Amino acid sequence: MLSRVAENLYWTARYMERAEDLARLVNVHSNLILDLPRSVELGWEPLIAITGAEKAFAGLFEEMDERNVTRFLIADKRYPGSILSALFMARENLRSTRDLVPREGWEQVNDLYLHARQELKGGIAKRKRYDFLRGVIQRCQQLTGLLSGTMSHDEAYEFIRIGRNLERADMTTRILDVRSEDLLPRRAEDLTPFENIQWMSVLKSLTAYQMYRRNVRVRVRGADVLRYLLQDPNLPRALHHCMSQVEASLHALPRNDAPLRAVTRMKRQVQEADVPRLAETGLHEFIDDIQVDLGQIHGEISNTYFLLDRAA
Amino acid sequence: MSIDWKAYDPGHFYDELISSPGYPRAAARELCKRLRRLSDEELMERRDAAELAIIVMGITFTVYTEGGSIDRAWPFDIIPRIIPRKEWEHTEAGLKQRVQALNHFIHDIYHDQKIIKDGVFPQALLDSSKNFRPECVGVNPPLDTWAHICGSDLIRDADGRFYVLEDNLRVPSGVSYMLENRHVMKRTFPEVFEHQNILPVDDYPAQLFDMLASMSPRPQDYPVVTVLSPGIYNSAYFEHAYLAQQMGAELVEGRDLMVGKDDCVYMRTIEGLTRVDVIYRRIDDLFLDPEVFEPNSLLGVPGLMRAWRAGNVALANAPGAGVADDKVVYAHVPDMIRYYLDAEPILDNVPTYVCHDEKQREYVLANLDKLVVKPANESGGYGMLMGPSASKAEREEFAELIQANPRNFIAQPLINLSTTPTIDGQGKVAPRHVDLRPFILSGQEINVTTGGLTRVALKKGSYVVNSSQGGGSKDTWIVDAETKPRRSHALKSG
Repeated sequence: MLSRVAENLYWTARYMERAEDLARLVNVHSNLILDLPRSVELGWEPLIAITGAEKAFAGLFEEMDERNVTRFLIADKRYPGSILSALFMARENLRSTRDLVPREGWEQVNDLYLHARQELKGGIAKRKRYDFLRGVIQRCQQLTGLLSGTMSHDEAYEFIRIGRNLERADMTTRILDVRSEDLLPRRAEDLTPFENIQWMSVLKSLTAYQMYRRNVRVRVRGADVLRYLLQDPNLPRALHHCMSQVEASLHALPRNDAPLRAVTRMKRQVQEADVPRLAETGLHEFIDDIQVDLGQIHGEISNTYFLLDRAA
Repeated sequence: MSIDWKAYDPGHFYDELISSPGYPRAAARELCKRLRRLSDEELMERRDAAELAIIVMGITFTVYTEGGSIDRAWPFDIIPRIIPRKEWEHTEAGLKQRVQALNHFIHDIYHDQKIIKDGVFPQALLDSSKNFRPECVGVNPPLDTWAHICGSDLIRDADGRFYVLEDNLRVPSGVSYMLENRHVMKRTFPEVFEHQNILPVDDYPAQLFDMLASMSPRPQDYPVVTVLSPGIYNSAYFEHAYLAQQMGAELVEGRDLMVGKDDCVYMRTIEGLTRVDVIYRRIDDLFLDPEVFEPNSLLGVPGLMRAWRAGNVALANAPGAGVADDKVVYAHVPDMIRYYLDAEPILDNVPTYVCHDEKQREYVLANLDKLVVKPANESGGYGMLMGPSASKAEREEFAELIQANPRNFIAQPLINLSTTPTIDGQGKVAPRHVDLRPFILSGQEINVTTGGLTRVALKKGSYVVNSSQGGGSKDTWIVDAETKPRRSHALKSG
């Protein structure tokens, strides 16, 4: 399989996942703000922080208000991390690999991009935002299902899975990082009802609330949420699960030593983490490390499979 | 209502299916009979089914527009064009002979140039050739073959004879549509295939692969064959992807390949660098290797010519093969056949006047109202003068062009392209002009496609068959009318 094709599929999956996760994030945050009383100060800054786009945002807007932030994250073509940009990039990457992906897959991505571009205004306007974002999420999920159900589960498919799971892991850790920044310094016994709501929003942005209730416990507690989202082997958006998926995909690929080593190292670190302590202190540093690891894993995959410029 | 063959009148043109109103040619009798049995509604249903099949099968071609490029469904007419097997065998022999002579010529031109020394081909023509590549002098491609894939355009004049209109030796396209046309026909008219001997066409991808593989510099291994495409924005991308898929070859772009310090070509795969043996390149010479040709080209592969000259990779067609893809050189092909093969040409050229010859030029200038003037190195019908329908001003303009650069022009009498029954805009059957592009593969052996791609001008009276300009295509049947088809069911004996 050609490196270029593998790379295109990998990035298609990353961009699709990014669009989906951003849509979840904006949606949940919009709801969260509605739930909180005015006395609790929670603005739109966290969303910008999660995406690591402070600089890009400052270059385009002055005020971090709802309108600007949602516009920036959903529809801004000038920001390469917006939902629209992600969909555009997914489409561009998939375009040249049409022979490997079922035709319907290409059509789905193409259609989603065109739909998103057309419905942009709705995506920004408060009243229609929910429907728009839900539409994006559903269509992204539809593509995942379509590929899973129709595409040969060969090497090409593994690159899609790797891209998706790495991006997912990346987003899960970003969400934990920013949300815990707000919430963690207080002690568990001081839990206010609003903190509870905020931890719920973390779970909800990962569509993990219901699963948490079923698999962990009835009450939402910081340390438990953290453990669940970092270490649970079964929750699709838990870090551990994402990395196990990447690991399994790599096993199906040739020359997998270096990328596998990086994944295994990181998985061990996550599993051995002292979560109750992290819940009190050091989480930000811990997640910084994980972000670096994710970058390294991407680097190893890229070096091994995509960049082959070493002279023969 | 149904088709009334008595009302079908091709006039003074040669018609491929109907010899005179009401009388189908022998090979077309079975088809005409079956078509007549269909009501208008049934005929339209078949046509709609074919159109749907084309959309479902995703048979597209790309048209450039101002806003970029778009995929369009392939235009197709459901009434096939039929050529009797006997007649085709003769044509096939002529095409083989022609391509053999062309390959001798190209090889000679890049080596001893005997044909020039012996006074058969003028030195001046070579000196002014646009597609002669000095970089290819002295190179010995496998089997001394340069033009591995040739698409020759054939037309039939009012006398019913086939003439060669031109030989396309650079990157001729269209063969994928020939193959897909047959698939569509089989879906649309399965029953007509049962009752006569229509020779199959679908062997081409296998033959193409075998031919390419036979060029491999590493004959002991299973060769790595690739199709090199400029990418998805190219108008023939559908064909590139189709052929790669049909051959089980890798579809690559320039950036997927690299030339190593060992002068071998490698492709970048997830397994690592994999050596490439044969490249079926669908990129023009000048974009192949920025080290040698167009330095700004991003389509090609730096060092590719180095690898090719070292014999470490085979390129089809070989760089420089286009030297024979020149309409002035074309005029000399019959001489080449006599010179290299010591034989008379089986197939004729269209009578051609070369303007670099003073006498012929004078004739051309005096008869511009009767002739079609073509530039030597354009394709796709660009830069032509259709003398009989041109204005006085246009003719004067061309007279000046010819005098300024006589080497660049040839002239031919207007050929009355043959017609064949075609469904027109009103759903009626009417005569429309056609040409034919067979593809000839030259490797260890020479193979010609069974028939070829028939292109049809869909507008009444038009000679324009290019799909980008509103032309369509048809399935081409080589029919063996002499052998009775099998009718009995095979029985298990004993």
